[in-house]
Amino acid sequence: MNENIWILMSADAIAIATTLILAALGALFTERSGVLNLGIEGILLTSAISSFLAADASGSIWLGLVVGTVIGAVLASIHALLSVVFRANQIVAGLALVIFGTGLANFLGKPAEGKSITTVIKPLSFGPLSDIPVIGPIVFGQDIITYFAIALAIVASRYLFSTRPGLELRATGDDPATVDAQGLSVARIRIRYTMVGGALVGLGGSWLMLAQSAGWHQAATTNGLGWIALALVVFAGWRPMRIIFGAVLFGFTLQLPFTLQAEQITFIPSAFLEMLPYLATLIALIALSRPGSRNLLGAPRALGTPFVRDER
Amino acid sequence: MSNTSHEVAQGPHHNSGAASTALSAHSIDKKFPGVLANDSVDFDVRAGEVHTLLGENGAGKSTLAAVLCGLYQPDAGYLMRNGKRINLSSPRAGLQHGIAMVHQHFRLVERFTVSENVILGSRDLPFKLNRREINEKVAAVAESYGLPIDPDATVGDLSVGQRQRVEIVKALYQGAEILLLDEPTAVLVPSEVEKLFENVHAMTAAGKSIVFISHKLGEVVEISDRVTVLRNGRVTGHVSGRGTTDTKELARLMVGRDIELNAQRATHAIGHEVLQIRNLSLSIDDVAVLTDISFNVHAGEMVGVAGVAGNGQRELADTIAGLISPTSGSVGISGAMTTDCGPVQAREVGLAYVPEDRLGMGLVPSMSILDNLLLTRDRKLVVDRVSVRPEASRLIEQFEIKANGPDHLARKLSGGNAQKVLLARELSGGRSATKLLVVCSPTRGLDVGAIETVRRLLNDARSAGQAILLISEDLDEVLSLSDRVLVLYRGSVVHETPGETAQLSQVGAAMAGLAAEGRS
Repeated sequence: MNENIWILMSADAIAIATTLILAALGALFTERSGVLNLGIEGILLTSAISSFLAADASGSIWLGLVVGTVIGAVLASIHALLSVVFRANQIVAGLALVIFGTGLANFLGKPAEGKSITTVIKPLSFGPLSDIPVIGPIVFGQDIITYFAIALAIVASRYLFSTRPGLELRATGDDPATVDAQGLSVARIRIRYTMVGGALVGLGGSWLMLAQSAGWHQAATTNGLGWIALALVVFAGWRPMRIIFGAVLFGFTLQLPFTLQAEQITFIPSAFLEMLPYLATLIALIALSRPGSRNLLGAPRALGTPFVRDER
Repeated sequence: MSNTSHEVAQGPHHNSGAASTALSAHSIDKKFPGVLANDSVDFDVRAGEVHTLLGENGAGKSTLAAVLCGLYQPDAGYLMRNGKRINLSSPRAGLQHGIAMVHQHFRLVERFTVSENVILGSRDLPFKLNRREINEKVAAVAESYGLPIDPDATVGDLSVGQRQRVEIVKALYQGAEILLLDEPTAVLVPSEVEKLFENVHAMTAAGKSIVFISHKLGEVVEISDRVTVLRNGRVTGHVSGRGTTDTKELARLMVGRDIELNAQRATHAIGHEVLQIRNLSLSIDDVAVLTDISFNVHAGEMVGVAGVAGNGQRELADTIAGLISPTSGSVGISGAMTTDCGPVQAREVGLAYVPEDRLGMGLVPSMSILDNLLLTRDRKLVVDRVSVRPEASRLIEQFEIKANGPDHLARKLSGGNAQKVLLARELSGGRSATKLLVVCSPTRGLDVGAIETVRRLLNDARSAGQAILLISEDLDEVLSLSDRVLVLYRGSVVHETPGETAQLSQVGAAMAGLAAEGRS
């Protein structure tokens, strides 16, 4: 058995987990405010190609990241407009965003096909720490965005549960009428966090592009990671800390088939393993779209429900 | 103020004691589509007093309260706080002036703790919350008004009375000087009401002003320093002084005429058997819910079923309505066996059913009055609204339903009007003429005027020869309306007595399970 391949796999799994953490945190902030944005996959794709084009044109990876993040927020604002301002059905609006985002990304990606960026985001160097066997490449061999994502999840947890705005955010997702009665604007809070969520998803998509694949492969660039992120929020029970572990777990599951193939381990068909995360996602999404099971899982009570002030 | 209104005392005291007037409203107008909810209303409350807004549902008292706390902006008129004119653009602006509303439907996040709910919306808190400090402060506020509450308890686990306490603590925590309590006793049991009144006294003793909104005459007299009566959006009376007002006068101001709550049993002939129940038993999940029940209801007779909630009343009604199949025994309506045959057949032989849950089981809230009527009319493929519309308009008039017309949505009706729509539909007959009417808690949650109307409608139906089974937890209602009274206890009929000679004490004892015999 080649030890290196397993270490490499672990490092890759954590790398994939970075996109998942960022996208899932984005979905979590959105959903905690009571807005269900199923359009994550569309945002991921559009942000990915936008960041690629920006980085390619300017030669700056960091500018690419910024552009991708902003595009994420802009796309999410469309969803906020439809579902918060016009009170559209959020599931339908979200699905529309997936279709729109995918189409837009493929259109924008035409000139990018076959191209690749020369500079990618480089792993940080921790000096001797990075040279520790096994742990070194896995724990100390990641780039700054990965560490940022993990730190963000920890900060998000503190923000949600021990700050005043976090309290207001959770209240908005659970019981918007109560928040409204306190004179806080439900619409403003929901639009704000839908856009913040979109920005995080956008950052995740950009990072995936600029640090991971470094080339545009249309929808295969994200390969359904947006949907997995949505499922991850469900499995994490809408708690940021659990997202870190969930993302790493999903990351491993996604990487495992390649490693097993390389190792020529065939007692489990790799196609079966490749299917697993998507199967889990399917189950989570079904649970997410039914109010009954949603409440059972601990979802925000008002998730997916437009807020209308009771008037006579 | 209109000519038809009754002036018992002078209007609100504009001039006297301006210094002690904490909040006043002047010539408030508030329109909603089709309704003038407040018509030139004057109101004021002083520091340290309880001033009650009395009126029926839809009289405009909740609208006025919403204007007072900043939830609605008036179309005309203005507010004054401590003699200065103020403009409340939102409930937050109201809070900044020390005005807080305790809503009838609590505005609490069930998953949050008491503290989290109390501090939600407080702007002066630091970004980062110090839970220990907040808990101490919340507990201190609660203690000082005799409202003991555990700051760490989850609101979802609390009783209704405790939740109300959380709402009040929240208002006080936010610095409220004027508390508007919207129908605070509607959800409370008597012992909790007593406790609430103690809290109210503690608050007024501390100089807070209480605006108490209610339609329950007894408690209004008990708690109020002053009473302002509203009817159809206008002030119809202004009564000062505690305990000096008799409830009859207040009721007259409220409804606009003398009312008789104790509907008399009409004289009428009792006819043939319409409902026949024989040895009816029902078990749900191997638990006996109904045990060996047999009784008849005749044409032109009203049989009342009394009992404490949860003794099988709902199941009895649902079984008769064909919604549940009994384990054994039979139900017959007008000679046809309807056991196991389902609600459609039961309705075809003349059953009408007014369930307890008006907007859940009785009406479809999102549909119009017309469409709700159509639900029990002919089942054709194409809905025939045109031919039923005149009937709908006629029923709206006949049953005194306050609505904009047949297209008024059911969910936008007040409780009393929803109940009237339901009665109108059931009594007017669907696919066949109504012979048997089963009604459950028909006046629960309604105001005085609506209660009177509903009881009169039931009496009229009985006089018209319909058999009525009245199932209600309101013992007074059962005793004053029924020709015969049955008491249901743990799924059995434990007591039966003619309505005219029924003794409150005996029936009450039977309801508590103290009468094993007594069944004639």
